[in-house]
Amino acid sequence: MSAEMPEDSAPLIEFDAVSKDFGKFRALNGIDLEVGRGERLVICGPSGSGKSTLIRCINGLEQIDSGRIVVDGVALEPGGRGARQVRGKVGMVFQQFNLFPHLTVLENLTLGPVRARGLSRADAEATARRYLARVRIPEQAEKYPRQLSGGQQQRVAIARSLCMEPGIMLFDEPTSALDPEMINEVLDVMTELAETGMTMIVVTHEMGFARRVADRVVFMDAGEIVEMAPPDRFFTAPESQRCRDFLQKLLHH
Amino acid sequence: MIRIALFLGLLLALSGCSGNWGWYVVDPRTTSGWNNLRFLLSGLEYTVYLSAVAITISMTVGLLVALPALSPFPWLRRASRVYVELVRSVPLLVLILWVYYGLPQLTGLTLSVFWAGVIALALSDSAFQAEIFRGGIQSIARGQYEAAYSVSLGYRDTMRYVILPQALRRILPALGNQLIYMLKMSSLVSVIGMQELTRKANELVVVEYRPLEIYTILVLEYLVLILIVSSGVRWLERRLQADES
Repeated sequence: MSAEMPEDSAPLIEFDAVSKDFGKFRALNGIDLEVGRGERLVICGPSGSGKSTLIRCINGLEQIDSGRIVVDGVALEPGGRGARQVRGKVGMVFQQFNLFPHLTVLENLTLGPVRARGLSRADAEATARRYLARVRIPEQAEKYPRQLSGGQQQRVAIARSLCMEPGIMLFDEPTSALDPEMINEVLDVMTELAETGMTMIVVTHEMGFARRVADRVVFMDAGEIVEMAPPDRFFTAPESQRCRDFLQKLLHH
Repeated sequence: MIRIALFLGLLLALSGCSGNWGWYVVDPRTTSGWNNLRFLLSGLEYTVYLSAVAITISMTVGLLVALPALSPFPWLRRASRVYVELVRSVPLLVLILWVYYGLPQLTGLTLSVFWAGVIALALSDSAFQAEIFRGGIQSIARGQYEAAYSVSLGYRDTMRYVILPQALRRILPALGNQLIYMLKMSSLVSVIGMQELTRKANELVVVEYRPLEIYTILVLEYLVLILIVSSGVRWLERRLQADES
C-alpha cells in the first residue's frame, strides 16, 4: 500500500483503524488508508459497501466510532470536535447537488466565503465569478438553481466548494443523479480540476474517469477496503474475486 | 371570497326591507348613528395592535420552543414537548382569566389589561407556532444541512441563512392561519375589559339594545379585517414563489 504513495510527502489524509456503525450495521470496519497531497483516489464498490460513509467521515458529516482520521494535521476522533476545523480545508460535492434553492447561484457561492471565511461581499463575488467561469457557466450567476439543468447545478455545486479554497475535494457519486448526456460536462470539469493538482477523493462508478484520472482505485465491500491499485493494474489484474465480480457486473451493465 | 361578501351584502339589503331590523342605530346619516359607528370602529386599533404584538411574541417563542424539539438531546426534546402539551391543553379564555386575575397574585406584578391579553394570546399561540415551526424545519432535507456544514457554516448560520428561510416559505400559509386565528381569538380579551372590537360592540348593545344590528356590524368588521389579512398573506406567498422561478 505504501509503495504506491507518492514518495517524500507526508500523507494529507490518514485513516487509522477507523470503524463506524449505524446501529447494528457496521458501515466501516477498521479502515486504514493514506492519501497523499495532490493524489486522486477513486473509490468504487457495491451500494452499502461503506464508500460514501468513508468520505463523509473525512469532513465530519459522520462521526467515527473508533480509530482516528487525520486531515491535514487536524485529528478527527470519536466524540471529538475537529469537524468544524476540517471543513474549512475540505470541499464536498453531493450526489443530489444540495444547492440552496432559495438563493441565486451567486448567493450559493458567496454564502460560505462571506459567513465562514469572513470575505467581503465584493471579494466573495469576484471569487465566485472566477469559479463560475472555470466550470463554464459564468452567465448563470443571477439564476436560481431550479432554472438550471442537472449538469449545470452540479457544476455550480463544484464551484461552490471551490470558492472555499479547499485543499481537498470530496465527490460523493457526483454523476449518479444526472441524465446520461450531462455526465460528461461534469466529469470534464472534474478532470480539469484534477489537472490543477487538487487532492481528490471521488466515489463513482464512472470507470472511464477512474482510468483517465485516478492515481489509485479503491474497491470497497462490506465496510472494508478489498482492493487498492493504480488503474492499469486495478482493471487488468484485480487480485480479489469480489472485485473481479464487481467489475464484471459493472462492465456488462 | 368576493362572492361571500356579495352574498352577505345581498342578505343585509333584503333584511333591511323586512321590518325587524333597526339600522337607524348605525345609520351614518344621523348624528347618533354616525357616532355609534365610530364608537364600534374605534376598537379596531386595539384588535389589530393586540394581535400584532401577540403574534410577534408567539412566533419568537414558538421558534425557540421548536429548536430544542429538533435537538439530538432527549431531555431538550422532552422539555419542548412538555411545554407544548401543557400550554396547548389550557383553554384560551381560562388562560386569559388566569393571567389577568391569577398571575398578579402569584408574582406581585400588576398587569395592564393589554399586556395580560398579549401574554395570554401569545402563550396560547406559541404552542401551535412551535408545532408549525418544528414541522417546517423538519421538512427541509438533510442534504441542506450537510451542504451548509460543508461550506463551513456553523449551526447558527446554517439555521439563519439556509434552513429557516426555506422553512418560513413552506409554513407561510400556516402562519397566515395563525394570524387569522389570533385576530379572532383576541375577541376573548373583551372579558377582562380590553376595549377592542367585541368589547365596544358589547358596550353599545347595553346602551342601544340593538344586538342584531350591532353584532352584525361586528361580524362584518372581523370579516373585512380578515379578508384583507388573508389576501395580504396570499400576496406574500405569490411574491416569494415568483422570487425563485
